[in-house]
Amino acid sequence: MQIVAKGLTYVYNPKSPFAGKALSGVDLTIDEGEFFGIIGHTGSGKSTFVQHLNALLRLTGGSLKVGEYDLADKKCNFLELRSKVGMVFQYPEYQLFAETVEQDVAFGLKNFRKDLDKDGVQAAVKEALETVGLDWQQVKDVSPFELSGGQKRRVAIAGVIVTKPEILILDEPAAGLDPLGKQELMQLLHSIHGGWCKTIVIVSHDMDEIAENCTRAAVFSAGKVVMCGTPAEIFSRSGELISLGLDIPVTAKCANILKQHGYVVDTDFTCDDFVKKVLALRGKEAAHAE
Amino acid sequence: MLNDVTFGQYYPAKSFVHNMDPRAKIVLLIAYLVAVFLADNFFALAAVIVFLILAVIFSRVPFGSVLRSVKMILFIIVFTAILNLFFYASDGELHILWQWKIITVSWEAIINMIFLAMRLFLLVMGTSILTLTTTPVALTDGLESLLTPLKWIRFPVHELALIMSIALRFIPTLIDETNRIISAQKARGADFETGGLIRRAKAMIPVLVPLLVSSLRRAEELGDAMDARCYSGAKGRTKYKKLTFSWRDLLGLLVLAGLITGIVFLNLYLGGKFAILNYFFAS
Repeated sequence: MQIVAKGLTYVYNPKSPFAGKALSGVDLTIDEGEFFGIIGHTGSGKSTFVQHLNALLRLTGGSLKVGEYDLADKKCNFLELRSKVGMVFQYPEYQLFAETVEQDVAFGLKNFRKDLDKDGVQAAVKEALETVGLDWQQVKDVSPFELSGGQKRRVAIAGVIVTKPEILILDEPAAGLDPLGKQELMQLLHSIHGGWCKTIVIVSHDMDEIAENCTRAAVFSAGKVVMCGTPAEIFSRSGELISLGLDIPVTAKCANILKQHGYVVDTDFTCDDFVKKVLALRGKEAAHAE
Repeated sequence: MLNDVTFGQYYPAKSFVHNMDPRAKIVLLIAYLVAVFLADNFFALAAVIVFLILAVIFSRVPFGSVLRSVKMILFIIVFTAILNLFFYASDGELHILWQWKIITVSWEAIINMIFLAMRLFLLVMGTSILTLTTTPVALTDGLESLLTPLKWIRFPVHELALIMSIALRFIPTLIDETNRIISAQKARGADFETGGLIRRAKAMIPVLVPLLVSSLRRAEELGDAMDARCYSGAKGRTKYKKLTFSWRDLLGLLVLAGLITGIVFLNLYLGGKFAILNYFFAS
């Protein structure tokens, strides 16, 4: 399913002294099969934008189409849309509520698929828990509140992917995780991407994460998309990003320093590629010296 | 979903009422409530309404915002009004309009209903002017100061004020949190809008449990943060903002004193709320 937003605007608390524009004309297309990154600092409208994608916020201006679903249409089947567009919020472990992990993960599935029998639910829950790297037998009867922070987050993510959404949106999925946890989470996302989950959209502050993982990314600022393209295109304009108050990946920082010393590294800003290009540069230098 | 909880939300503005001492405003509100219940005929009620309109004008809060606070209890007003209309009983004489089994509608019931509805309405409007023009912090400061005499009987006034200000401080935070959890559960297909009362109440469990858990977590964190800053209760604690009683407060209190005096006179000279019926049914 393709996501097409045109002139999307959103005003919160209209007609009160606290009114404010969260989105002012967002034009953005996300194709099926992408691993899309959304960058922007706090209050830039990125969370507001992604909440539109599964109709958690209703359109107040502009148009938005997700696959064949037209979100401007009031008769649009929002429940069906939500089963196809999964959404993992920031700190998803704070939405756990059920007595056991199994019940919590099954919550979404039971809401969307009323036709499913007990065995069907159990099989899907087992698969989801195993996908996120938890041992079903071990955790299914445990209270979610007894798990560790990282495990809680895995359970919460399992609770979203249990319906196998075609589009998975994650709002700062790695926030608060340790480096190993972050790495494992990204591996998990790559493992489901390309299977039943066709498109992944992540909102992130971590530029290294975007550079390493995304096929394309968009930069939000003051409710608008100010840059959109591959990480290579975006991070080659590092000056603009810094003037927007954003960070740049470590590879871009190193490339900038090398530039000051007179070395131009033409990289796509992933660590692998950067190191290869720098090594190639060194090889050239050595050949030159001889 | 919870965006319409505007009742009691501070409306930032610069005005006569905003600048008043919170203590004076609390005393004024209590006196105003007395006036609302003292007013026993239409003229006295009109005087109270004029005072309320003046208060809104001098607070520079749009009328709409004040009226919105009534929306929350509109159901209660309508419900009690209807009960009063149909089941009003009195030892005195009744001018009956319509009767069916135990239901009786009389002129007295209609007048009583109008007074009841108006009183509830004025009560909520007045209270919301206080909360619209006073920040929660100022409100609890004022309350703490007014309750000082209770300290003599070792009542923990400071602690009570602290509890209140913490509670008020966390209302917006918890509303945000609630909205976030509701969104998250909606994304998982939760349905809060359809079904009967029991189904809807059941649908709230996935929201209430995480909310309770996070409130407890926040409480613990706040306690730690207060400990870390060596908070040790009221003893030897000074105030950042000192409350001062000014000419505005004196003026406000004088006007309200005048209002209450006026109402008492109107009540005495023009009779009770049913006096108007004597005029109509004299012949």
